[in-house]
Amino acid sequence: MSAHDTTAGPAHDDTGALSPVHHGHEDHGAEPHGSLRSYLIGFGLSVVLTAIPFWLVMTGVLGNATATALAIMGFAAVQIVVHMIYFLHMNFRSEGGWTMLALVFTLILVVITLAGSLWVMYHLNTNMMPGAYESRPMP
Amino acid sequence: MNSVVTTADQAPVFYEVDEHPHPEGHSTSLGFWIYLMSDCLIFAALFAVYGVLSGNFAAGPGPKELFELPLVALNTTMLLFSSITYGFAMLTMEKDRVAATQAWLVVTALFGLAFLGIELYEFHHLIAEGATPQRSAFLSAFFTLVGTHGLHVTFGTIWLVTLMVQVARRGLITANKRRLMCLSMFWHFLDVIWIGVFTFVYLMGMVR
Repeated sequence: MSAHDTTAGPAHDDTGALSPVHHGHEDHGAEPHGSLRSYLIGFGLSVVLTAIPFWLVMTGVLGNATATALAIMGFAAVQIVVHMIYFLHMNFRSEGGWTMLALVFTLILVVITLAGSLWVMYHLNTNMMPGAYESRPMP
Repeated sequence: MNSVVTTADQAPVFYEVDEHPHPEGHSTSLGFWIYLMSDCLIFAALFAVYGVLSGNFAAGPGPKELFELPLVALNTTMLLFSSITYGFAMLTMEKDRVAATQAWLVVTALFGLAFLGIELYEFHHLIAEGATPQRSAFLSAFFTLVGTHGLHVTFGTIWLVTLMVQVARRGLITANKRRLMCLSMFWHFLDVIWIGVFTFVYLMGMVR
């Protein structure tokens, strides 16, 4: 009687220990794909978010270069997020969150590369080469 | 009898010693995503180079003399249309409709080729005007950044034609679906990069 219970115990635990592993694999099979509706929403948003910055620059309707630059950068950032969600199907669940982790890590590197390069080179130009750019037409 | 008592007292601990079977291609999606992220870093470096050098005209022509925004808008439209048609190809692929999938892939390839044609026309126009990559640091950075994106679209189109041949010969088998899924990520990723290009290179160039 007791021998039967002890053999049944590990056998029961064995399946319990393995089942999380199997769950992990089943998740990979369910790749997140968009529906027709989500693709069309993404496309519509993209068209609007592309058309507005082109319109702003081609007509110069804001009249202020800095305001226009900030506006088109804002539209680009929003459009990139729209493409990520509706076309690349980014979410926090796919591949157990590893795609999102890779994306966040990449974005950190991209920000360091861009901001660092522009910052360092701007200071190099203004502090170390006085007068070197006087012939350049000022933007 | 003694051993039975000890196993009953201790909580059983199990280790996975054997390599259990993985379904074929289960990690392809994540692996391809990491490749795309590394590609993203290439473009980050090229954007940084362009950002640093975009004011160095060497007394040559600047963005306002060179860029034609209507042409860029047309190009952007082509790439955006190719993105949505690839999306339609993926939707028909999930329903195992081979002919419809192939048709959408052909449409996507045509939009991709239209994009490349317009870009080559623009490059030819610039070079004919004397705005060659050798002219100034600005133009070197411009041709490198936009040209690298164009090369990606070129290879994406070659890949697309390859997959169309594969689907025609083997049908929509699991492996081909996986390949189409990878190209879908690649194609949409190129569209994301193009958002950066038309914003930071063309539109910002006209604003400054």
